[in-house]
Amino acid sequence: MDLHELTLAEASRLLGKKKISSRELTRAFLERIDTHDKTFNCFISVDKSDAMAQARVADKQIASENQTVLTGIPMALKDLLCTRGMRTTCGSKILDNFVPRYDASVVAKLKAAHGVIIGKTNLDEFAMGSSTENSAYFPTKNPWHTDYVPGGSSGGSAAAVAAQFCCAALGTDTGGSIRQPASHCGVVGLKPTYGRVSRFGLVSYASSLDQIGPIARTVEDAALVLNLIAGHDPKDSTCASQEVPDFTAGLAAFDKEGLKGMTVGIPKEYLGMEGIDPDVLTVFENAAKVLKDLGAEIVEASLPHTPYVVAAYYVIAPCEASSNLARFDGVRYGFRAKEAHDLMDMYKQTKSKGFGSEVQRRIIIGTYALSAGYYDAYYAKASQVRALIMEDFSKAFETCDILLSPVAPTPAFCIGEKTHDPLTMYLTDIFTLSANMAGVPGLSVPGGFSAKGLPIGIQMMANRFDELSLIRAGYGLEKSLVLDRRFPAL
Amino acid sequence: MKISEQEVENIAHLARLEIDDQSKQSICEQLSSILDYMDKLAHVDVTGVKPASGAAFMHNVLREDVPHPAPGPDVTLANAPQKDADYYLVPRVVT
Repeated sequence: MDLHELTLAEASRLLGKKKISSRELTRAFLERIDTHDKTFNCFISVDKSDAMAQARVADKQIASENQTVLTGIPMALKDLLCTRGMRTTCGSKILDNFVPRYDASVVAKLKAAHGVIIGKTNLDEFAMGSSTENSAYFPTKNPWHTDYVPGGSSGGSAAAVAAQFCCAALGTDTGGSIRQPASHCGVVGLKPTYGRVSRFGLVSYASSLDQIGPIARTVEDAALVLNLIAGHDPKDSTCASQEVPDFTAGLAAFDKEGLKGMTVGIPKEYLGMEGIDPDVLTVFENAAKVLKDLGAEIVEASLPHTPYVVAAYYVIAPCEASSNLARFDGVRYGFRAKEAHDLMDMYKQTKSKGFGSEVQRRIIIGTYALSAGYYDAYYAKASQVRALIMEDFSKAFETCDILLSPVAPTPAFCIGEKTHDPLTMYLTDIFTLSANMAGVPGLSVPGGFSAKGLPIGIQMMANRFDELSLIRAGYGLEKSLVLDRRFPAL
Repeated sequence: MKISEQEVENIAHLARLEIDDQSKQSICEQLSSILDYMDKLAHVDVTGVKPASGAAFMHNVLREDVPHPAPGPDVTLANAPQKDADYYLVPRVVT
């Protein structure tokens, strides 16, 4: 077996037994990136010598029996996470030259564990998009078929895991940006509960919705990464002080008793919806059957406010974005327009030249919805609808452990197919937005393929802080579904 | 709801954005169709519903007020597009 084919768990075991070194593993990924990433454009930055230096340090730690599970493991980071001394662009020209002077808390944890940062991955500018086409640098291509998008906004991270350019990656999820690209690229994506992982050093898009999580090859690998990044952080006041379990206990629970005693709800509002691709439905129905065979009880569930989720989300997220992105004004960091004749002109030129069109569109929507005379009709109303959506979930989780749904209504779409009409793009997020609105965790697990050979994922959502149920059921599904292939031939 | 070009201009000013005449028309159309879709929200009965501003625990987060050393101007100003000694430099404010 080639080194790049190892899962994180396998690589970690071999590193621990000193059968392989982090230098060999890191070099194998760097060579693979060198050969193939010109086709897919997963990475915005790769610092080879720095990665090799980190691998050398990791090998020393291992030699002195001082390792953790992540020591020496090459990881990719979405370029929205601040890395001290390493350029962090957010996929935007406005931060083209931005070199953070501090690490995001998740990055600090990865460094403390002596993981190896192999590179920073492409994304829709400031995580605003569902296809990675909104990157100011280049679109990323789907490793399964280069005519198709990898999904977004963490498209670079998901494609890098699918292309086997790293053991695992970190993404961020504000409305599906971990789960949807994971689904489109045939890998595992986990959005933790809001507050489970510190957001400190994650460049904010919509602060009440953003959450960092793993994109990995297997559910076990995702659990191992979550073990590292979860937990309270005094630097993020929304980060929960909840106790952090060993998430691999979910795997053990499945191995011991399958899914016996678990109730899986299928929201009736989801499947009655128009526009769901027949291949997606087939894969979904098969997954439900597999879960049933594993001992779960399948029941009908209801999320009555589903028809209003997209509208409420696309008010709230742009409102928060318009406030968060006000900081990019050309004064303290990033790009500044040169020819301005006074301060106001400098602000306007900097933002108009620095931000791409989707970011400007969301800033305008948010500014409009928050402006005098419209606040009540849009932001206040959307926040009330959000409360009703949260209540829907609370009620559903009174009887269900898991809610099962597709991740997206269709497999990956073609590059350029939806760029002309922003609203059509927003509507593709229907199944993933609710988890962010309600703050609950969501998992995307590969479920099968479309007739054209594109991957299709299955989404599971659980109650707040119950990632263990997701991992147990997700692992069960992964183990029981026999897929033809797990990774694309590059 | 139809948004006029004048409205788009006013909002852009509030957001400190400058929209050229070419894209004004398409932004009006896109914004109008997006806002039309948002009007769905008007149909939801929210009588007596308290707005949810987030999914975090709704309690105050306090900490001891312990002084920490500041990173200092070298760090703080490291990414400044223009600076003069320990200050950010910006175009003229008062004309």
